[in-house]
Amino acid sequence: MSDITYRDAVRSALQEALQRDDRVLLMGEDVGAYGGAYACSKGLLDEFGPDRVRDTPLSEAGFVGAGIGAALGGLRPIVEVMTVNFSLLALDQIVNNAATIRHMSGGQFSIPIVIRMSTGAGRQLAAQHSHSLENWYAHVPGIKVLAPATVTDARGMLWTALQDPDPVIIFEHVTLYNDTGPLPDGAGPVPIEGADVARAGGDVTLITYGGSLRKALAAAESLSAAGVECEVIDLRSLRPLDDATIMRSVTKTHSAVVVDECWRSVGFAAEISARITEQAFYELDAPVARVTAVEVPIPYPKHLETAATPQIDDIVAAVNRTIGRDG
Amino acid sequence: MNLDTSDKPHLSREHVLGLLRQMVLIRRFEEKCAELYSAGKIRGFLHLYIGEEANAVGVMRALSPQDAIVATYREHGHALARGIPADKVMAEMFGKVEGCSRGRGGSMHIFDKETRFYGGNAIVAGGLPIAVGLALADKMQKRDNVTCCFFGEGAAAEGEFHESLNLAALWNLPVLFVCENNGYAMGTALDRSESQTDFCRHADAYGIPGELVDGMDVIAVEVATRHALKSIRAGNGPYFLENRTYRFRAHSMFDPELYRDKAEVEEWKERDPITGFHDRLIAASAIREDDMAKIEDEVAAEIEAAVAYAEAGKWEAIEELTRDVYTPAGEVAP
Repeated sequence: MSDITYRDAVRSALQEALQRDDRVLLMGEDVGAYGGAYACSKGLLDEFGPDRVRDTPLSEAGFVGAGIGAALGGLRPIVEVMTVNFSLLALDQIVNNAATIRHMSGGQFSIPIVIRMSTGAGRQLAAQHSHSLENWYAHVPGIKVLAPATVTDARGMLWTALQDPDPVIIFEHVTLYNDTGPLPDGAGPVPIEGADVARAGGDVTLITYGGSLRKALAAAESLSAAGVECEVIDLRSLRPLDDATIMRSVTKTHSAVVVDECWRSVGFAAEISARITEQAFYELDAPVARVTAVEVPIPYPKHLETAATPQIDDIVAAVNRTIGRDG
Repeated sequence: MNLDTSDKPHLSREHVLGLLRQMVLIRRFEEKCAELYSAGKIRGFLHLYIGEEANAVGVMRALSPQDAIVATYREHGHALARGIPADKVMAEMFGKVEGCSRGRGGSMHIFDKETRFYGGNAIVAGGLPIAVGLALADKMQKRDNVTCCFFGEGAAAEGEFHESLNLAALWNLPVLFVCENNGYAMGTALDRSESQTDFCRHADAYGIPGELVDGMDVIAVEVATRHALKSIRAGNGPYFLENRTYRFRAHSMFDPELYRDKAEVEEWKERDPITGFHDRLIAASAIREDDMAKIEDEVAAEIEAAVAYAEAGKWEAIEELTRDVYTPAGEVAP
């Protein structure tokens, strides 16, 4: 067991994928000579050369579409898009092609592509680099959506995603890259389906993923000191969703608080809340609560950015309201 | 035209009859589709290629079986010229399970793995980046294949067109870009939608050699394609053809054609790619007077069989609705 940063976990996953399979290539803006916008591919150009660690022009639709074509042609492309905001330029390729070709071709073709992108706020990058739009992609049948929150998942999900015959999008929260966590020796591929119970508890279920996980865990620690035990669920995969793990926990705690950084209206938390209402309504002692981003484009100043996104205190307050404590 | 004489096909009787037969098959197939549309057998959008047949037929004749094709939503002609059986294409138009895409795509989304036919893309310019990727895969895996990407001139107004030309040229990829310029982006005339109406100049801006082709002349199209393929297979990177052509029918079955003069349509019909080619062949004594009647008879029988096949086809069970959204467990991608 040794400590490793999330960035290094991603980097070693990329390196391992390129080593294990000649069909794998990494392509995207500044993945090569620059080493990746978040330095996740530093050194890989030297190790694998410009064909397999391929810098692209600033053409999100062009190179994501080329990744889809390359997957159709037998390669296993990992396409990096700098942020989810930029990925909107490639939305046509992802939604109209990657997600549909298997279906439109009557099952003749699969698209084994992995698309990685950063998401989320917290680095004062303002309203065109900080949004959480993973719910847009999780809405679309035909693709799978992952949100690794731990170094183990950042290290282990990529290889499994590459083995998947269908398009997989991996969201990496921008505030996680410098985080450090323990990585077991010999850590390797992990399943990409199924949620994890990140912390066991019997009083309230906290459901979250990605960059909000450590905030939920911190809130749970703080509540524990006050005698409230939270069970924290790390969704890991946003599509498909592991309903069983959520419902098992809610059936035990009889209350749920969903934490995510998407905006509240038509957001990801709304989907989780609806599923709990459909599948475990009679287990609930209180309405499902949501802690989400405030409905504003993410502002630049630190204090406003912090106020716009879920924080530990917001989660603690939501739990207290849900269980009827004044806090 | 800048032609290397070695690119000229050997115009044997068999060769020209083959070209003529394919164009007639596409024409009659689509005339039947229009009829079946009115009868309610085919629904959705139906974009006919009538008038433009020389393009698909001339290009496909020059391609090899291992080459890849990316086409648009006006792709019945390309599918048939590529050799996808007419009965499979017709069953797809009907939406039957026996269709080449199990009926899931319909007229606009014909796919066929066997002939490397990657759709049937109904987003204008949406297929170009995919063609770039297919070519990248071939190049990186050291396969001597070319990806041929068809699109209309309307695509040149889209960002994906420019991104794809840039990528293909930058990475020196084996892509043949075939711009079928029929003068109208749906109902918007060329000079009302493009600031640059000479599309080879777009290609030139990216360092891609381009050639203007008479898209009403199947031999001119085949010769230009052979020339282009020779350059691509020699490792010179992408090539661009602008084929000037014309659609005789409406954009789709819902189009009252308010945007063009009947006289203009009639003028282009004078240059019909089938009758023009036929008359030239007769004048040159390359074929006999009775050859056309024989082709028409064979084609009529093939289309009749295709319609019967589609009629007899099955509707997919509702229980199967969600199949082919994801690859079944255990199945590996190609």
